[in-house]
Amino acid sequence: MNFIKITKRDDLPRNKAILIRGVAILLSLICAGLVMLIFGLEPIKIYTEIINGSLGSEMRIKQTIIKAIPLVITSLGILVAFKMKFWNIGAEGQIIMGAMAAAYVALNYGETPKPVLLLLMVIASMLAGGIWAFIPAFFKAKMGTNETIFTLMMNYIAIKFVTYLQYGPWKDPGAQGFPKIAQFGDNAVLPAVFGIHAGWIIALILVVLMYIFINHTKKGYEITVVGESLETARYAGMNIKSIIITAMLISGGLCGLTGMIQASAIERTLTSGISAGYGFTAIITAWLARLNAIAVLVVCILFAMLIQGGAYLQIAMNVPESVASLVQGSVLFFVLGSDFFIQYKVSLQGLFRKKNAEEGGAA
Amino acid sequence: MEVFLAAAIVAGTPLLFATVGELITEKSGSINLGVEGMMLMGACIGFVVGLATGNPVLALGGAALAGGGGALIFAILTVTLRANQVVTGLTLTIFGTGFTRFVGQDMVGAVIPGELRASFAKVELPGLSEIPFFGPVFFRQDVFVYLGYIVVILVAIYMFRTRIGLNMRAVGENSGAADASGINVALYKYAHIVLGGALCGLGGAYLSLVTVPIWQVDVVGGRGWIAVALVIFASWNPIKALFAAFLFGGLGILGLRLQSMGVHVSQYLVDMIPYMATILIVIISTMRNRKEGMPPSDLSNPYFREDR
Repeated sequence: MNFIKITKRDDLPRNKAILIRGVAILLSLICAGLVMLIFGLEPIKIYTEIINGSLGSEMRIKQTIIKAIPLVITSLGILVAFKMKFWNIGAEGQIIMGAMAAAYVALNYGETPKPVLLLLMVIASMLAGGIWAFIPAFFKAKMGTNETIFTLMMNYIAIKFVTYLQYGPWKDPGAQGFPKIAQFGDNAVLPAVFGIHAGWIIALILVVLMYIFINHTKKGYEITVVGESLETARYAGMNIKSIIITAMLISGGLCGLTGMIQASAIERTLTSGISAGYGFTAIITAWLARLNAIAVLVVCILFAMLIQGGAYLQIAMNVPESVASLVQGSVLFFVLGSDFFIQYKVSLQGLFRKKNAEEGGAA
Repeated sequence: MEVFLAAAIVAGTPLLFATVGELITEKSGSINLGVEGMMLMGACIGFVVGLATGNPVLALGGAALAGGGGALIFAILTVTLRANQVVTGLTLTIFGTGFTRFVGQDMVGAVIPGELRASFAKVELPGLSEIPFFGPVFFRQDVFVYLGYIVVILVAIYMFRTRIGLNMRAVGENSGAADASGINVALYKYAHIVLGGALCGLGGAYLSLVTVPIWQVDVVGGRGWIAVALVIFASWNPIKALFAAFLFGGLGILGLRLQSMGVHVSQYLVDMIPYMATILIVIISTMRNRKEGMPPSDLSNPYFREDR
């Protein structure tokens, strides 16, 4: 392998980087297509049906947007944490706890006027999500515990806790013994704007706010510096502990808000499956968007198309939904791999020359 | 008590394989968060092969290949293509979940044939199984459990008593120094990531072939993540990993056990214990901060010779 030379690129023109990404996505679709062929499915037809199923009619477009909303908001939450290299993989749990808090308000104060009730639910959910993220952030800031495992375990505790509520104290007595929590009253349901629940407006506003926060505020800048180099941050006299905790409160708060939106507008109740894996998918979308708020919007819409298209495949073609997750996985691997070719220049050299001593000596 | 402990070992065996697998991976300097995904792939392929052939050796081989194959993707992306380890590991888990759903969609409810199940029946080891207390707990188990003991012993010898094992630890502790001393860093990383993945695959296969020999969608159910935490709990020592895995196996079945004893605790609250215990362990092991209990110094630091 000595004749392959790898050098770091200083900066690659943007259109060339996009080209590399495009080629990677194309290759990943071909690769996933080959797997489909092995299993006796028709890849071309499946790809066209995914697009048709996600954009083919007004109703399907609405469904795609509805699936993009939780992804966008959660990705923004994850973005803040990842910018700081705090690997928050606890979004799933933060969503669930947010939904739990919103449900508590909705079920106990359901008679409150709609705007007030919804506002209370938003505040409660953001607090609950924030607290769920604060716990690992506190230990990280104080003692340097590994946040990956910590946030992850918090997911399971949240899921078990809501399952406990669902089967125990919060079980709806009117559900004839079914272990489910009562439906929210009408006042606790997000109104629709242009036929889609108002979550899309919240998501768009948050994208803009997050972009401004990260790129044009002091706090946002500090988060970026902490992520890039702890030493620099320390040298500049930044209060690293408080930055970690603030960023995680924002991160968890946004994830909690996702929980409120899903509970209020989609499920109209609380279930332990409320987050539906969005917390994990959002990690990928945030990363693919290179932790850029505007790019998050684009990537999340593409992913929502895959999710919605997959659901459509199941109904229309009787092709299992899991095909979409196979495509997802394949795209992710290729795009992750393609980053290498964006950051480094690979050149062949010395193929026809004699190896010099230095090259020959390395194992 | 003996019955409970024996059951704890059965519940802990999948954790054991996965923990030791991740331990090897981490000792060579990479943190692979795809354990859950590799276990799922192992569970799925092990089940498919077992169902088709009825042969236990082929089933386990398939599972190891599936886990190792997943790990190979991780190795190519992180070692050669220098992708972020955390994100790649998570992607592997997501991919493993999708892969398993896709391959396993037509198998839901399928049952492993009796002949294959019979080969994983309990075997009393002559002599050893007669030891009071320890015999019934440790030595009246199935072959797969014994394989787990053997793996732990082999890995311990390999890590602490062989030259290659020493080299492997050197790569994990200081890749630059290892490279300078003539060790092929990339090769060591590749080999141990793949080996670790193969063990994770075996852990998954225990769940689908022995624990519940009926195919169900989410067989692994978060055990992969517990294994990642157990590596920390066991402070990167395979012998400690054995006890850690069995302890957590016991915690996992405690809820059912308590209920059958007439203690009225919600099963879901008891189910939280392993996860809370894991958090506690992470906190305690950070507090102790001793030299021996620390992660390999170069863990998750990518190594590129040109960047030095």
